[in-house]
Amino acid sequence: MLTKRLIACFDVVDGRVTKAQQFQDNIDVAPAEELARQLYDDQIDEIVFYDITASAQKRKIDLETVRRVAQHVFVPFTVGGGIRSVDDMFEVLKAGAEKISVDSMAVRNPDIIRAGAEAFGRQCIVLSTQVKRVGVRPGIPSGYEVFIDGAREATGLDALDWVRRGEDLGAGEIVVNSIDCDGTAAGYDLEITRAVANAVNVSIIASGGAGTVEHIADGLTTGGAQAAIISSILYSPRLDRNVGVRELKDGLAARNVLMRPYLT
Amino acid sequence: MIGVIDYRAGNAPSVGYALERLGVDHRLVTTAAELDGCDRLILPGVGAARATIDSLGASGLVKPLSTRVRGDGIPFLGICIGLQVLFEHSDEGDVAGLGWIPGSVRRFDDDLRVPQIGWNSVHLRRHHPVTATFPDGGYAYFVNSYYAAPADPGHVLGETAYGVEFCSIVAHANIVATQFHAEKSGELGLRILAAFAEWTP
Repeated sequence: MLTKRLIACFDVVDGRVTKAQQFQDNIDVAPAEELARQLYDDQIDEIVFYDITASAQKRKIDLETVRRVAQHVFVPFTVGGGIRSVDDMFEVLKAGAEKISVDSMAVRNPDIIRAGAEAFGRQCIVLSTQVKRVGVRPGIPSGYEVFIDGAREATGLDALDWVRRGEDLGAGEIVVNSIDCDGTAAGYDLEITRAVANAVNVSIIASGGAGTVEHIADGLTTGGAQAAIISSILYSPRLDRNVGVRELKDGLAARNVLMRPYLT
Repeated sequence: MIGVIDYRAGNAPSVGYALERLGVDHRLVTTAAELDGCDRLILPGVGAARATIDSLGASGLVKPLSTRVRGDGIPFLGICIGLQVLFEHSDEGDVAGLGWIPGSVRRFDDDLRVPQIGWNSVHLRRHHPVTATFPDGGYAYFVNSYYAAPADPGHVLGETAYGVEFCSIVAHANIVATQFHAEKSGELGLRILAAFAEWTP
């Protein structure tokens, strides 16, 4: 049986993992390479790495850090941030990533999804979305709007319209990242996660807000997601207590969520 | 020396990092000349069957690969698309494969979430040196929209369920191939790569 997945998310600045709250106030956690090794040893199912300042600084992604992480991670590794073209994707894949995450750039130039899927297969292209609850209004029938550039810019796009378009263009997975819930440790936005899971036929990844094993279980059951992105719960210095992968998997198993078993 | 076939749609670097971790001698192979001196080969793969076949063709690797693997009989490991291209035909892009193993490649049903992405269990159907240290029912990482259907059930080494029971490891003489990403399946995947590095068919 196909299991659900736990994905550790790294927001990387200058080779170091940082932790934000609602896309702001990043605080330093650890060097990306060191945290990646530690989480691989702790049997995380997957790692996603965002070079969060590449886009704003109009520079290419930090390939050296991507390479150093890839050398120690023998589980799937997704990379995003500052990717503008198929050639950029190619460089990231050659550095050792399996999947490319596109977000703001895909809103500006949706054709990058199609071109990436054509060159590397749709399984390679992850469409990450930053969504915010704005209420139902003209042009936003779902009540959720897509934002870009670190949640700073509204796009006028309806979240469900955008993910359907992303799937049609060739995205193989879709990350639903709630701006309202990001870094709050108060739980995923289950409503939009479930709505996206119902709207498309590719895998859905819940993101933003997991603070307890209960939240993760909710995202993977009520939210209808195939995978859960976690970060604060694993390593945020803002939380009183961080939880390891083994304890999370035990907790999910106790809630009847099928996970890859922890090898002992 | 293991040669890891490196072509545009592949993920040879990830396979290289895994072999490095295992301390196994290897090199990336992009041209026919670089096959010299390799006594076993890995064909990794991500992406689409047609892109892979076209890319191997453009690199002039199809014939030399066939000579080394089918003629000389050196150990060969295919991974993901590197499994699918071994068959005679793929429904993906309606493309002819290498035809080293009889059978075809089909698409998963549309009522499933496709591609299948994630960890799934692999049930071993018989003994094989390459899977000797992999536990029956062990989990491996899959990313696939298509699956192989070998014509000869004797070539099925492992099976996995996703809507259908499909062949997740195929083995025939000096050829073995996994539908899952052995290089991205944690310690269990590394065990398969380590066993392949030692295998004498």
